[in-house]
Amino acid sequence: MSTSPSNAQTPETGTARVKRGMAEQLKGGVIMDVVTPEQARIAEDAGAVAVMALERVPADIRKDGGVARMSDPDMIDGIIEAVSIPVMAKSRIGHLVEAQVLQALGVDYIDESEVLTPADEVNHTDKWSFTTPFVCGATNLGEALRRISEGAAMIRSKGEAGTGNVVEAVRHLRQIKGDIARLRGLDNHELYAAAKELRASHELVKEVAELGKLPVVLFSAGGVATPADAALMRQLGAEGVFVGSGIFKSGDPARRAAAIVKATTFFDDPKVVADVSRGLGEAMVGINIDVLPEGERYASRGW
Amino acid sequence: MRVTSPVIGVLALQGDVREHLAALAAAGAEARQVRRPEELAAVDGLVIPGGESTTISKLADAFGLFEPLRARVRAGMPTYGSCAGMIMLADKILDPRSGQETVGGIDMIVRRNAFGRQNESFEAAVEVAGVPGGPVDGVFIRAPWVESLGAGARSVAAFEGRTVAVRQGNLLATAFHPELTGDHRVHAMFADMVRAAV
Repeated sequence: MSTSPSNAQTPETGTARVKRGMAEQLKGGVIMDVVTPEQARIAEDAGAVAVMALERVPADIRKDGGVARMSDPDMIDGIIEAVSIPVMAKSRIGHLVEAQVLQALGVDYIDESEVLTPADEVNHTDKWSFTTPFVCGATNLGEALRRISEGAAMIRSKGEAGTGNVVEAVRHLRQIKGDIARLRGLDNHELYAAAKELRASHELVKEVAELGKLPVVLFSAGGVATPADAALMRQLGAEGVFVGSGIFKSGDPARRAAAIVKATTFFDDPKVVADVSRGLGEAMVGINIDVLPEGERYASRGW
Repeated sequence: MRVTSPVIGVLALQGDVREHLAALAAAGAEARQVRRPEELAAVDGLVIPGGESTTISKLADAFGLFEPLRARVRAGMPTYGSCAGMIMLADKILDPRSGQETVGGIDMIVRRNAFGRQNESFEAAVEVAGVPGGPVDGVFIRAPWVESLGAGARSVAAFEGRTVAVRQGNLLATAFHPELTGDHRVHAMFADMVRAAV
């Protein structure tokens, strides 16, 4: 991909720098799932850096079952109208037409997401062919690099959406960071075999080994329910957090949302995290992962 | 008389802080994060980074940074804002969200997201007055533009007839993101402004 400076006299849209640069602007922030314009306004007032427009939060997708699809265009329009911060929306894995529709609606980022029911069990969407940037989930470095090679401009560790349980978010983020740390210890000769093991291109693997990080922004998702959860993910190396069901399935969404925003910025200051954690009311109930049947684990969707 | 490199803070509430820290270091400054009033008191100059201006404004308010920021800016601390940072340095926002405050200091009105949504975000070559060596790669991401400039402020870059960079005294603002490009000339110019002021 080209990341060389543009000398174009005419403006050039959809470049890797513009797509990845957009995610850089979100760093240190919280992206919140919302299902109505009213929730979007609450999220914006709480200090969210972006909202994810959804028809149902993951906890309800779990409860309701059935096929989960892209949201209704009218609902996405309503949310775009309601707020001035960026609006993201989800397409099913491999559903390139849902992604085209989201681009046509003018969403700012597309999440090709395992939370929706996959449309293609072999192929993800060719994300280079879009002007709108994509974020994708990953459970390990190889998966992250495969998504980046398909054009993803931002990665989020998957976690297990809709559970309110941070354990899978921790597992996946630690896995990605650990995989990167291991690459750092390899010499040039070993990187070829590492690329083969990771099922990723040697070029990308070499870039990660040199940078000591992904070439795109890395957020965490899937299970954050409290300010302390958000601060934990930041301390483990996430550059920001997605919060799904954790906010609007809790007792006092506005207050919890603002508290999670503050804890994400002051993630390394336990006094701040303690202060903002007071009086938040009930957190979402949450699910223990080991009682989730294999077929109901979203993280294993995508490859 | 300071003989070491100037200490330049980057407001680290939210946004592309790391890129600004790297660009400042490359421009010969000692760069550090600023999240608290006491950290602000210890720097010679400040960068307000790109990010989400509503988020940065709410966090600055919640953690008591607005008054110290305004006091330092009024007292002449060199300050540079890119994108969201430009919005924070504007005396007025054309279309603020409810409760969205700015630090102010530059006599201008800015329009948020004026160049459009992410699909309209773009790169283009931009000449900046005071930056030698030809145009910079202007990266405009949901970028603002300057709707109108007051008497004290001076446009230093324009794109398609819109003012996209401004100087007023020790204050500098760009609608675009030099920190994303690996070209450190704008940061070098700002570091010189800080050196001249200390």
